[in-house]
Amino acid sequence: MSEIRYTKSHEWIRIDGDVATVGITAFAAEALGDVVYVEVPTAGKALAKGKEAAVVESVKAASEVYAPVSGTVVEGNQALADDPALVNRDAAGDGWFFKLTIADKGELADLLDQAAYDQLVAESH
Amino acid sequence: MNEWSKAIGNFTAGTGTSGTYSGHRGLQIEEPLLFERDSEGRCGVDLPEPPKARNRLGAHARKGKIGLPGISEPEIVRHFTRLSQKNYAIDTGLYPLGSCTMKHNPRLNEKMARLPGFADIHPLQPVSTVQGALAVIDQLAHWLKVLTGMPAVAMSPAAGAHGELCGMMAIRAAHDAKGERRNKVLVAESAHGTNPATAAACGFTVEAVPANERGRVDLAAMKAQLGPDVAAVMLTNPNTCGLFETEIREIADAVHAAGAYFYCDGANFNAIVGRVRPADLGVDVMHINLHKTFSTPHGGGGPGAGPVVLAQSLAPFAPLPWVVHGKNGFEVLEKAEGAASQAFGRLKGFHGQMGMFVRALAYMMSHGADGLRQVASDAVLNANYILASLKDDMTAPFEGPCMHEALFDDRFLKDTGVTTLDIAKALIDEGFHPMTMYFPLVVRGALLIEPTETESKATLDRFIGVLKALAAEARDGKVEKFRAAPVLTPRRRLDETGAARQPVLRWTPAGEAERNAAE
Amino acid sequence: MRYLPLTEAERQEMLAVIGVPSVDALFRDVPKAAWRDAPFDLPPHQGELQVERALAKLAGQNVPAGSVPSFLGAGAYRHHVPATVDHMIQRGEFMTSYTPYQPEVTQGTLQYLFEFQTQVALITGMDVANASMYDGASATAEAVMMANRITRRTKAVISGGLHPHYRETTATHAHFAGFTVEQFAPNPSADEDLAAAIDDKTSCVVVQNPDFFGRVRDYSDLAAAAHAKGALLVVVVNEIVSLGAIVPPGEMGADIVAAEGQSIGNPLTFGGPHVGLFATREKYVRQMPGRLVGQTVDADGRRGWVLTLSTREQHIRREKATSNICTNSGLCALAFTIHMSLLGETGFTGLAALNHAHASLLADKLAAVPGVSVLNDGFFNEFTLALPKPAAEVVEALVAKDVLAGVPVSRLYPDRPELANLLLVAATETNTEADMDEFAAKLREVL
Repeated sequence: MSEIRYTKSHEWIRIDGDVATVGITAFAAEALGDVVYVEVPTAGKALAKGKEAAVVESVKAASEVYAPVSGTVVEGNQALADDPALVNRDAAGDGWFFKLTIADKGELADLLDQAAYDQLVAESH
Repeated sequence: MNEWSKAIGNFTAGTGTSGTYSGHRGLQIEEPLLFERDSEGRCGVDLPEPPKARNRLGAHARKGKIGLPGISEPEIVRHFTRLSQKNYAIDTGLYPLGSCTMKHNPRLNEKMARLPGFADIHPLQPVSTVQGALAVIDQLAHWLKVLTGMPAVAMSPAAGAHGELCGMMAIRAAHDAKGERRNKVLVAESAHGTNPATAAACGFTVEAVPANERGRVDLAAMKAQLGPDVAAVMLTNPNTCGLFETEIREIADAVHAAGAYFYCDGANFNAIVGRVRPADLGVDVMHINLHKTFSTPHGGGGPGAGPVVLAQSLAPFAPLPWVVHGKNGFEVLEKAEGAASQAFGRLKGFHGQMGMFVRALAYMMSHGADGLRQVASDAVLNANYILASLKDDMTAPFEGPCMHEALFDDRFLKDTGVTTLDIAKALIDEGFHPMTMYFPLVVRGALLIEPTETESKATLDRFIGVLKALAAEARDGKVEKFRAAPVLTPRRRLDETGAARQPVLRWTPAGEAERNAAE
Repeated sequence: MRYLPLTEAERQEMLAVIGVPSVDALFRDVPKAAWRDAPFDLPPHQGELQVERALAKLAGQNVPAGSVPSFLGAGAYRHHVPATVDHMIQRGEFMTSYTPYQPEVTQGTLQYLFEFQTQVALITGMDVANASMYDGASATAEAVMMANRITRRTKAVISGGLHPHYRETTATHAHFAGFTVEQFAPNPSADEDLAAAIDDKTSCVVVQNPDFFGRVRDYSDLAAAAHAKGALLVVVVNEIVSLGAIVPPGEMGADIVAAEGQSIGNPLTFGGPHVGLFATREKYVRQMPGRLVGQTVDADGRRGWVLTLSTREQHIRREKATSNICTNSGLCALAFTIHMSLLGETGFTGLAALNHAHASLLADKLAAVPGVSVLNDGFFNEFTLALPKPAAEVVEALVAKDVLAGVPVSRLYPDRPELANLLLVAATETNTEADMDEFAAKLREVL
């Protein structure tokens, strides 16, 4: 049974046991506009919570994607290299950025649940 | 359908989207790339036969073709003439880009720059043979020092951003000379992107200073951010919201009290030139964009020049070379020794943008002190006229008066479905280049208008009238018209997403073949 | 005043609309201490005639390179620019237009920059080029910083054959941006072993071809040595006409090319404005500094061009930008494009052949002067002369005899007495055989 958490910087993380998948939310994707380029981390890379993990670019903006938790990258989504528009079409699903093994599950504690994230988005408008 | 490739070579009539057989529409001529022409055997120059001489290239001689097309002179003239006709320019009409100062580019400047005594001199000729050139640099430096009240100026930077680099490097060098490690630079939130980029390039970390509700730097916030690790504060005055920083002397005092330097981005100097001296505001270092305030042409993206005026505390660190008065006339100091022993190094080859120096000096001499004072007055008058005339039709985030540029935000478009971008594109159909959009970042959907002093009241009235009408149409729900704009231009809106996803950054024979096959 | 359209009556009307009594009221935010009532202590306005007289007088105090036999190079070269070029760049639609941020009304600029990018890629043998830099020196510094970003290393190895101004500019950036440079000493008489200096901390090795002393080399082996250690090869070109005659950097395995394009389309202008060229391999394109023009289509499906990959640049990426560059060298790039299109394949290679032949001829004439020797075995259009006494004195003596003889190496290397007798001599298509004979004869006289 996977659970989803969110960061204040609009990343989502879906946890399945010890492995988690990370992407950016539809809200973030829409703010960016048409995504033109994504740089995902390579397998084996160590990530630290809150530090830069990936980069996403649209025509008018470039944004860092931060690691919601510390861990080691299992896989970066190679499909985004050929089809960066996946992020716009399906930010919560096929537009995932990378998967990682979680180093410390305690770091999940301060992430937002669905309700808290929806609240954050509502306040941004 | 590739009308352009059909218009040359094997010509077959068809109408496509142009409605004509040729693909041209009256004076709007479609022009292919240079490389899309049959080129065997043509050349646009006549070269003499080389004299008989030993070939010393040996194995290093190029093998194989480069792939450049050969084209005759008449075809080249036509090619570039046609391209020019697709461009909007200051010579065409109002170009109200904020902080760009798109003023008239006098042709006298061009004539002077082309005098052989200026254009045909090599930078490394013996100094005795270029005293006039060095005198130009010296005189221009003098004008810049008097206009800014600063005692020194570094002449070599090639553009505003290059000047920023120069100024920030001088600041770093000054702190290093005192043995102080200060790694942080505070940059106004509303700053032009070059400011933080420059600070980072000098090895500083950047922290933003917020603006207050009056659109000026939040002095209290800045004071809280100042500390022994702050090397400098980078501000623009007037700022990018078009407002004079009312507390600028307090800002300067606080910066100096904290042991830091005050960098002023001089992009908006046109608002105060000949009227106010940055030295009197407490500025330590400021770059000046000769291609903005001093009328050298923008050229489609340069060349520019960004000399940097410096306070006495920073003057010793100015980069090489230095043009100085010597025993036998002007000299060029190219080594970090003697007076220039603390110079922080060199930022480019040779001496600086001499061609732009001549142009700027011709402009300064033409206007004189009285004319330059009038430049600032008229620039500020024109911007305020626009602000006052449009404040009921559009929304201004800050109360006037403004300086040389007027800032609006997109609240007047709320619930219309029309965006700032759409307004800009509709303006294009009206024969105006759009204002700056979405900058500064401190307001939503910014529209920043800098008319400059070289626009007539008649032009401003027409511009104002058009904006009033467009604002009204947006309120009336004419969303589709805005979304479709521009429709009257050589090209409609272009697919920037596609361009970035699949970058095609040059012509290739393979690309050409692919396009032909696609028909 | 001829540049100010507003009349007094109009100013008053406008003030009334704004609702203030005078323009001074609009400056009310200026602190009292900075308020100045009178114009500054500078001359008053002047008409064209007066300005022309004053500037013509200053211009008359310079010796134009074309007025005497002149053989200076060292990074700036006197070439003949066809009349068409200067006419076309003065068209107001080119000269007074801005950076093409609104592509629908600047397809002219965007198309010529696309053509420029293509020309630069073709002549350097690289995949992609940008829309220009300030000059060759700053382009070189940017190339090193790009190599640092790509390899995530911070040490550059730099040949002693790199132009001293380029070396100094790179060193300046190194000092402030926090990377290091291993700088080989200039040595016109010996080869340097750059490969031995490359290790797994090296981001790039930088060479110039032809080098500062005029020597032409093949750097393919050096490219392989660099790549074997995960480093990049940066090749610098001072005299872009050389690419019409010699193997280009792209065919030697270069990863980045930084060059000075002044020789094509742009007069000497005392060293500026010139035009930096910058080219690289496709895989590195997102790390490139500077503007890039890309091809696309418009809403009607018609081909057009736009500035692209802008998220690398300062106006979007701000402190994370690949460079802080904004304004570059647009009109000089246009001049380059027009001149290059007039030349075409046969003209460009023909011009290069002419330059080489002239330099070769000159070298033979000068080598025949007693006490003088040409150090180079091979060169393109510039070579190093060894004189029997300090070259700077010889050059001054020749100025008195109305010859601009070349650039004494000591002008650029004042702290290297071992190089003081060396003179850099360049010959282009603009030097006649009579010029060359005069130079040789007068050189004989002063030695």
